[in-house]
Amino acid sequence: MTTAIRLSGVHVTIDGAHILKGVDLQVARGEWVNVIGPNGAGKTTLLRAIAGAIPATGSIEIDGAPAPTRSALGRTVAIVPQSPTIPPGVTVTDYVLLGRTPHRGPFAGDSPRDLQIAADALTRLDLAGFAARAVASLSGGERQRVVLARALVQQADLLLLDEPTTALDLGHQQDVLELVDGLRRDVGLTVVTTLHDLTLAGRYGERIVLLDRGEVVASGAPNDVLTEAMISKHFGATVRILDDGEGPVILPKVRRSSERLRQSRE
Amino acid sequence: MATEAIGSVEALHASRLTPRWLAAGVIAVVVAAVLGLTIGPANISPIDVVQELLNELPGVSVDSGLSSSRSAIVTEIRFPRVVLGALVGGLLAITGGAYQGAFRNPLADPFLLGVAAGAGLGATLAIAGSFGDGAGYLDATPVAAFVGALLAVAMAWTAGHLGGKSTVSLVLSGVAVASFLTACQTYVLQRNNDVIREVYSWILGRLATSGWDEVTLILPYFIVTCFVILRYRRALDVLAVGDEEAASLGISPTRVRAIVVLAASLGAAAAVSVAGLIGFVGIIVPHAVRLVVGVSNRIVLPLSVLFGAAFVVLADLAARTLITPAELPIGVVTAFFGAPFFVLVLRTSRREIW
Repeated sequence: MTTAIRLSGVHVTIDGAHILKGVDLQVARGEWVNVIGPNGAGKTTLLRAIAGAIPATGSIEIDGAPAPTRSALGRTVAIVPQSPTIPPGVTVTDYVLLGRTPHRGPFAGDSPRDLQIAADALTRLDLAGFAARAVASLSGGERQRVVLARALVQQADLLLLDEPTTALDLGHQQDVLELVDGLRRDVGLTVVTTLHDLTLAGRYGERIVLLDRGEVVASGAPNDVLTEAMISKHFGATVRILDDGEGPVILPKVRRSSERLRQSRE
Repeated sequence: MATEAIGSVEALHASRLTPRWLAAGVIAVVVAAVLGLTIGPANISPIDVVQELLNELPGVSVDSGLSSSRSAIVTEIRFPRVVLGALVGGLLAITGGAYQGAFRNPLADPFLLGVAAGAGLGATLAIAGSFGDGAGYLDATPVAAFVGALLAVAMAWTAGHLGGKSTVSLVLSGVAVASFLTACQTYVLQRNNDVIREVYSWILGRLATSGWDEVTLILPYFIVTCFVILRYRRALDVLAVGDEEAASLGISPTRVRAIVVLAASLGAAAAVSVAGLIGFVGIIVPHAVRLVVGVSNRIVLPLSVLFGAAFVVLADLAARTLITPAELPIGVVTAFFGAPFFVLVLRTSRREIW
């Protein structure tokens, strides 16, 4: 299996704070990796570093090539931010077509091919009926699909999703993750997501990478990473873990105050 | 990547400048120009005006039947003034639209980075410095205003980048530079009471022409500014998703913003140097286009040139005819008629533009 992403010794410093401290990570082509970790662990920073949005030291190889040009990166890596900026008044079609930017000359217009790719993406994500609507007028779930469509028309092999399920209800969380899974199979994408919901992280995708204080502290199958000890140590949470046959189910336990104190001292 | 076509392109609604709207813009300019050429103290019919203009074309000879003095009113007084109004209006509107796109700020106008204050100080110095030595001051004013405007932008740009690279720091340093230069201007005015009236009338804007001089002065800037901004109209649409996302789509936000803002500042400085401070055009024209036609810069910027041109030509017509034989400052007219018109568009449009 070929490697889609290879990070070695990646450091990111923002305003003097060391956010990532020597991250090593390999993602195979076609793999789906979920990055989990407590708040401030550096999950979003890791995605932004892979996407080339922030300066990082160390080596970041995408498809075996280090440091491509900006538009080459836009053709290789598509990122769906946690809270994307939706320009006021922009229509679904125009917004999705922005994803074609890295594929055309700086001054070129929408080619028939661009339009066909956008039309395909809208159909695939069940958005064809929204083509003329303003993105800002859509519901959270519809909007998430529109942003996904923009990433899809970039025709990048690598899709990075930052907390794609935040602000969605349970049904829409499932919809989005199933959609990503379907795209991965149909189109052959490599997917890296950050997720806060550990149970969801254990059900979608193949591998979990646990990030804490800017370092990868565990990486492996959901059952190996999502253990009571790991979650207690890195999230400071007291949980029970069940297995319903599809993966680990993480249940928070109500703590007595003495237990909470003991845990926070650790 | 799977390539089989599954979606219907006909269902898409990609923004583009439709021939219908382009034609509407061109017609607006032509109608405004014909009105501007026809109406005035000397009554000349539209047919005579058109014949007279055709006669001006190389290789065409049409006899309009006008006496030579009336013919001169059309070709040497009204015609240059209408063309100058169109160029100034087009420039102010497109540079306003470009600033709004580059700074992602609906309140941005061409004077955001101190162009008005710099031009004001330059013009004041020119008028005060040569007042009393005859007609000389009329020639120095546009050059001084142009230089002042560009120096102001250069100061704002330098100061803004010293304070960080965000657009907000650039806008704030524009505010600081404008206040500083306005203070200088006020000081110069206090020391030269005798020129206050002259400077004030310059500030309120005017399209007084002496033949084609002003038109030839501003035309190169009009061409360069419009060319550069229109070339970057799509990049400005990408910039609307914010710098970081634009960068992930392969655009360099800093470079696009620098090029667009510099081109727009050059154009705004040129417009201000020949026409004074005509306010409001750079704000209302692009916004009115957004409200009616759509928010994409691919539509807003080209249509702003056309409707801005038509708007200023009509405003100038009102400025020189409403209280004949006196003239209203055109800046007063653009705001007096522009503001209610804009409120009307704002009330009737269902589009959310910002």
